[in-house]
Amino acid sequence: MKKLAPWQIALCVAALVASVAFPLVVKGTFPNHVMIMVFLFAMMGVAWNIMGGYAAMFSFGNVAFFGIGAYTSTVLLMNYNVNPWIGLVAGGLLAAAAAAAIGYPCSNIRSHYFSIATIAFAEIVRIQFNNWKFVAAAEGLSLPILPEGFRNFMFHSTKIPYYYIILALLALSLVVCWYISVTRMGYYLRAIKESHELAKGMGISFVRYRLYAIMISAFITAMAGTFYAQYILYIDPESVLILPISVQCVLVTMLGGAGSIWGPVIGAAILLPISEVTRVWLGAKGTGIDMMIYGALIMLISAYQPQGVWGYITSIGRRTK
Amino acid sequence: MSEQLVSQLVNGLLIGCMYSLIAIGLTLIWGVMNIVNFAHADFLMIGMFTSFWLYTLYAVDPLYSIPVCAVLLFLLGWVIYKFIVSKVMTGPGLAQVVVTFGVSIFLANLAVWLWTPDFRMIQRPLLHGTWDFGAVQLSVPKTVASIGSVLFSAGLFLFLRMTKTGKAILAVEMNRTSALLMGINTEKVNALSFAIGTSLVGVAGAFLSMYYYIYPQVGGTFGLLSFCVVALGGFGSIEGAFIAGILIGIVQTLGGYFFDPAYKYAIVFAVYLVTVWIRPQGLLGW
Amino acid sequence: MSASPCLEVRGITKRFGGLTANEDVSFDVAEGEILSIIGPNGAGKSTLFNCITGFYPPDGGKVLFRGKDITGASAHKICKMGIVRTFQIVQVISDMTVLENVMTGAFLRTYNNRQVRAKAEEILRFAGLYEKRDFLGTAITIADKKRLEVAMALGTEPKLLMLDEAMAGLTPVELKGIIGLLRKVRESGVTLIIVEHVMEAVMELSDRVVVINSGRKIVEGAPAAIVRNPEVIQAYLGDRYHA
Repeated sequence: MKKLAPWQIALCVAALVASVAFPLVVKGTFPNHVMIMVFLFAMMGVAWNIMGGYAAMFSFGNVAFFGIGAYTSTVLLMNYNVNPWIGLVAGGLLAAAAAAAIGYPCSNIRSHYFSIATIAFAEIVRIQFNNWKFVAAAEGLSLPILPEGFRNFMFHSTKIPYYYIILALLALSLVVCWYISVTRMGYYLRAIKESHELAKGMGISFVRYRLYAIMISAFITAMAGTFYAQYILYIDPESVLILPISVQCVLVTMLGGAGSIWGPVIGAAILLPISEVTRVWLGAKGTGIDMMIYGALIMLISAYQPQGVWGYITSIGRRTK
Repeated sequence: MSEQLVSQLVNGLLIGCMYSLIAIGLTLIWGVMNIVNFAHADFLMIGMFTSFWLYTLYAVDPLYSIPVCAVLLFLLGWVIYKFIVSKVMTGPGLAQVVVTFGVSIFLANLAVWLWTPDFRMIQRPLLHGTWDFGAVQLSVPKTVASIGSVLFSAGLFLFLRMTKTGKAILAVEMNRTSALLMGINTEKVNALSFAIGTSLVGVAGAFLSMYYYIYPQVGGTFGLLSFCVVALGGFGSIEGAFIAGILIGIVQTLGGYFFDPAYKYAIVFAVYLVTVWIRPQGLLGW
Repeated sequence: MSASPCLEVRGITKRFGGLTANEDVSFDVAEGEILSIIGPNGAGKSTLFNCITGFYPPDGGKVLFRGKDITGASAHKICKMGIVRTFQIVQVISDMTVLENVMTGAFLRTYNNRQVRAKAEEILRFAGLYEKRDFLGTAITIADKKRLEVAMALGTEPKLLMLDEAMAGLTPVELKGIIGLLRKVRESGVTLIIVEHVMEAVMELSDRVVVINSGRKIVEGAPAAIVRNPEVIQAYLGDRYHA
């Protein structure tokens, strides 16, 4: 990776200070909720970026990992009284295992075929959960209300602790993504993205590195799922296993700039406020306007600005040099 | 019991013919441009709604909406290709995969916005009722739709082999660079194939509207199923898609019959996954 | 050949459907040698490369590297053993700088970033690309790309380097440069196999030449002897000139 320019470092520090200070300055539930959604989807975008942005495995099925994370921690908590923090890790591990199970046979499948395979996988998972009595099928699960506190990963009187938890999880994901990008794995994923032949010729086992990328991505996405369950306290297949969530992961990354560390964060910071605010303004659910805007955005970005916002900024930076 | 099985088989065959017609358009676009049209089944939805509104507002029977759907969807496909899809043909890989996904979400939600997410039906189409063959009862609209889709599939097949334009399309599908060198306007061929693909799926929409629920999200399931059909038939192969469509129809109904109907689509998706694992070039591909 | 050879190719056969691309091809490469493989277009040279380096599994025959059977091993494992190849159509990683491209190769032997960077810089100096280390892989001339390919391969610390048309389409000056580079590579102790059409380079560089036509080896020997061989002349110029 190129070294960060001073203005980039300044920007990072400013962003970090601003995010830490935000809930102290801005009071009110709704702004905090919007920011939590921004961080949540930024985190899922970062996860998607590891496989999609770096290794060109365009998944439309990451929601399966999100759902696995949400369901694992919730079922462990409800049925076995396992602490959600342990559930967070357990969900991540289970999702990574599922990713390995699906990713290994998929490791030779490229581009479109891979994308469709991910949708097929996510749909199978959704159908299974929709009919699975053990997880209350389509009825969904309401989490038991525990005394609030960090230990129980549950807060009822204020959303601010959730805010800092998801900020910390996002920061963790960013560190993981950054670490990958500056070490061997990042180089190898970019080589694989360029060409499988080239990668093989340079001694890179693309099966192995693609698998690593999918598993790490699944782990992070599942952690986001557990967070979502603990935050909303109710999950059902229609809220944690549907295609639009997968699409959102792709979209925030693409809008911000795929293959760059900050891309997903920028994308989420632009997109989620739009979608949350339109949802509140337009009130009624199911008008389709927010999704329509999404669709139009995807079309227009891919047709006219496929490098995303970050790509646009850096291209300006390069031109003015 | 066995009588039920036979009627399930026949049902699978009938719905399979529809899948064939939907999938040949998809496989044509895929083969010529190496682009997956994720919005394919949303064009189906547009076709169904076109037929629905023509019936509701002007009392035009779905049977007569077929040419209207064909022309309308041809134009829509052409426009979408010109202004959106053609822009990514030389762009980065992500844009190529994602662009039609955007079109899909846009169209489906445009329909939600315009017409609400409600389920609708055409109440009394010209073709209705059943033909009774003792053991098997055939729904009249389903049967006619299936015969129609076979005819349209055959029509495309002949068009590609008999006409100059069709041969140009096949040439581009085989080798884009050589076709370009031989003076074929590949850009025009792209637009044409895309429009023909969407036009065919519009026709399928008109047929389907005779007996199926019409709602904005109807594309979701049909889209995924048609991907499975294309994978099974060999990517880009018209004949393959035709046979595979019927196979998938039968697999789906038999899966629902022998296992749990709730899992019938899951079985089809599993078939897709297994197919691309074992034979990335498609089951019936070379 | 006194010492044990670096590479032994024993009766390699490869078929694609009804087409036999390689039939019973055998030859040895000694340690430190530069061997050229020549032949008309479609003679099966690239297929042979692919069979040796694990990109295709051969249908028959054996490949031994320093006495070890590597037939049918996967490409990345063969690379790790020390056989590295370049591609006929230049392949570099387009969104990486020249330095990062070479670093990607150098990561094969170590995880350590600093070591990898140091080694990559050293190789770039060796290959005469150090000044261009911060250019994007796509932003350099074709001649530099070919050098970069060699540099990327050197990053993996090969014992045997196989170049697939590394010299096609270069100007005489560029050609001289790359010939000089390959000589230096050999002096550093790397054995070379080159597939080449540029006869000038073949004559100048190689110790021995293997000629392939229609998938079969027709002759091997010193470059000077090869160009006078009637079978070779026939293969290149066709039957008309035979008589």
